[in-house]
Amino acid sequence: MSQTRADTVTAPPPEPAAVEADRLSKTFRLPHQRFSTLKERALHPLERRTFDELRAVDDVSLQVRRGEFFGIVGRNGSGKSTLLKCLAGIYRVDAGHAIVRGRLSPFIELGVGFSPELTARENVLINGIMLGLTRREARRRFDAIIAFAELEDFLDLKLKNYSSGMNVRLAFSTAIQVDADVLLIDEVLAVGDAAFQQKCLEEFERLKAAGRTIVFVTHDMRAVERFCDRAMLLERGRLVAIDEPRRIARAYNELNFGRLQDGRVAGTREGDHLSAEIKDAWFERSDGRRVTTLAQDEPLTLCAEIAFHDDVRDPLIALHLRNEARHTLFATSTDMRGIPTGLYAPGDAVTVRVALENWLAPGRYDLTPTVARADRGYLVLDLREDVASLMVHGELETGGAIDIPHTWRLERG
Amino acid sequence: MIPPAASPPHQRPVVIGPDLRRFWSLTWTLAVTEWKLRFYGSVLGYFWTLARPFLFFGVVYFVFTEFVQLDRNVRHYGVYILFAMVLFQFFGEATGGSVGALVARESLLRKLPFPRMVVPLSVVLVALFNLGMTLLAVIVFAAITGVYPDGSWLELPVIVAILTVFATGIGLLLSALYVRYRDIQPIWDVATQMLFYATPVLYVSDFVPPEYRQPLLANPLATLLTEMRHAVVDDAAPRAWTVIGGVPRLAVPAAIVLGAVALGLWVFTRAAPTIAEDL
Repeated sequence: MSQTRADTVTAPPPEPAAVEADRLSKTFRLPHQRFSTLKERALHPLERRTFDELRAVDDVSLQVRRGEFFGIVGRNGSGKSTLLKCLAGIYRVDAGHAIVRGRLSPFIELGVGFSPELTARENVLINGIMLGLTRREARRRFDAIIAFAELEDFLDLKLKNYSSGMNVRLAFSTAIQVDADVLLIDEVLAVGDAAFQQKCLEEFERLKAAGRTIVFVTHDMRAVERFCDRAMLLERGRLVAIDEPRRIARAYNELNFGRLQDGRVAGTREGDHLSAEIKDAWFERSDGRRVTTLAQDEPLTLCAEIAFHDDVRDPLIALHLRNEARHTLFATSTDMRGIPTGLYAPGDAVTVRVALENWLAPGRYDLTPTVARADRGYLVLDLREDVASLMVHGELETGGAIDIPHTWRLERG
Repeated sequence: MIPPAASPPHQRPVVIGPDLRRFWSLTWTLAVTEWKLRFYGSVLGYFWTLARPFLFFGVVYFVFTEFVQLDRNVRHYGVYILFAMVLFQFFGEATGGSVGALVARESLLRKLPFPRMVVPLSVVLVALFNLGMTLLAVIVFAAITGVYPDGSWLELPVIVAILTVFATGIGLLLSALYVRYRDIQPIWDVATQMLFYATPVLYVSDFVPPEYRQPLLANPLATLLTEMRHAVVDDAAPRAWTVIGGVPRLAVPAAIVLGAVALGLWVFTRAAPTIAEDL
């Protein structure tokens, strides 16, 4: 790959991008009424076809350097798979263009063209040719493919007698052995068992180390942060940002999470909320800004706003924080802490803030605030379950529900 | 590895693609695979492909010689209808198989950057393989009944070539139309039936009253089979241009063949870029 020669005095020209998209747009036309037969077409000769237009990819530009591992992330329907198919030359773009320099191998689906009636041997040759090898290349790489798939003993077995796991292994090994300069990968990691996925990931790391260019479409932010050099966030076909993976993962979580919050089915509510009402609950960063995502270790504040419609003396206010597994990780209340809350009249309001160190592991957390009458017995006035959510992100997943600050000490005897 | 000056072409769906070797290799691979799959799982394999034309031939031959007694005035009538049936069956298989080919190969077209024309061409290629196999048996049959290969048989590859070109043109047209209009399938089934009787397969063209000969031979299949009869079966039989009434009139079937190819190419090329999303 070394491009510089001893005798060149001038700086080498910048290497052209391995994958390049310039103001790429792709619109799908969704006919309102689809004439799927000539008869229907003949019966309605004057009827104009009307379409809904779906801008799947809208004015997206990107440049992927040779040897770069580039992630494309976005929610379902954000256009990432369409973009990949435009880059691969499967879809015709409406505007702009895409260029790929070097041999391209698409991992849009594994085992395309596999015939269950044929043997593994035949299928590998056929699939290899479909993926861009010549017949001779396919033959030469045959042994390596079978070795990687660990299927030496099943060469002449028809594919229909393979288990689905063997099938996937064979398909993946064939695709990987095409040994292209540019790989376009569309969430193939979602297939296979855990061991196989691990093998795929290791293989991608090997390819990355070998200087291959990889464009990788995924939902999995951990994979993005682990592998990608840069990543891109798409939303409704538009490019939101191209940035380092950490930031993109964060932006994705914010985007995805914002939607969760908007469209969420409210958790259960207890109490008649006539005398006191929880108006709002949210999370704040240490600088007082409202957030829905937060980095691991960044201090946070739990907040709730309560309005009173009746005279209430010393109400009890409690906050519960639950994780995705529905375990209450943290709970606090005014009475347990001996915090006086005071006397409220109709029209009064109070905002409570509980500041805490962030020991939360990466994941999603829900806040449940409660306000209860505590002066004459205990009576819940308002309890809004899971009314606010927070996404904590970071790379360090210990597997523990929380990360308690700790120190290690080893003493050898 | 790549010369810096040459900027590669923009990524887009291709009909044939820049690499003819790859195009051919894909077409060949697809055709051979398809062909192999037909023989897999059937014990008799090759003989099944022969069964269809020969069984049909047996019935037809019996009816037309014993009841209609067509063979009295036609030399080597049996050999003629066998050749004609096998050639017509090739045309029917190539065109009929092309109709649903793109839809059947959906996964290839949607998941791989794949030259579009590979798909219908591989169907024609499979039909050509089958034709080769059945022709072998037909030639054996011809020799048994006293028709031996001679120099004029050299016309046969030319006739097959023209027939292949014609079938390819129609196949391209049908496969592209079928993506949009699903009733192409039954329409083409009926059309093939009608074409069968409008083509001298069971009869010979010089039995047709003179006033019908010219419109009959406007059908390229009729022209080709008439010429085949002269070249292969009976050199006393009239040539195509004699039956149609002069060499210039051959321009009509020729124009139909070229027109079919041009129309097929045009429609297919127009439809090809969006096939992946229309499927």
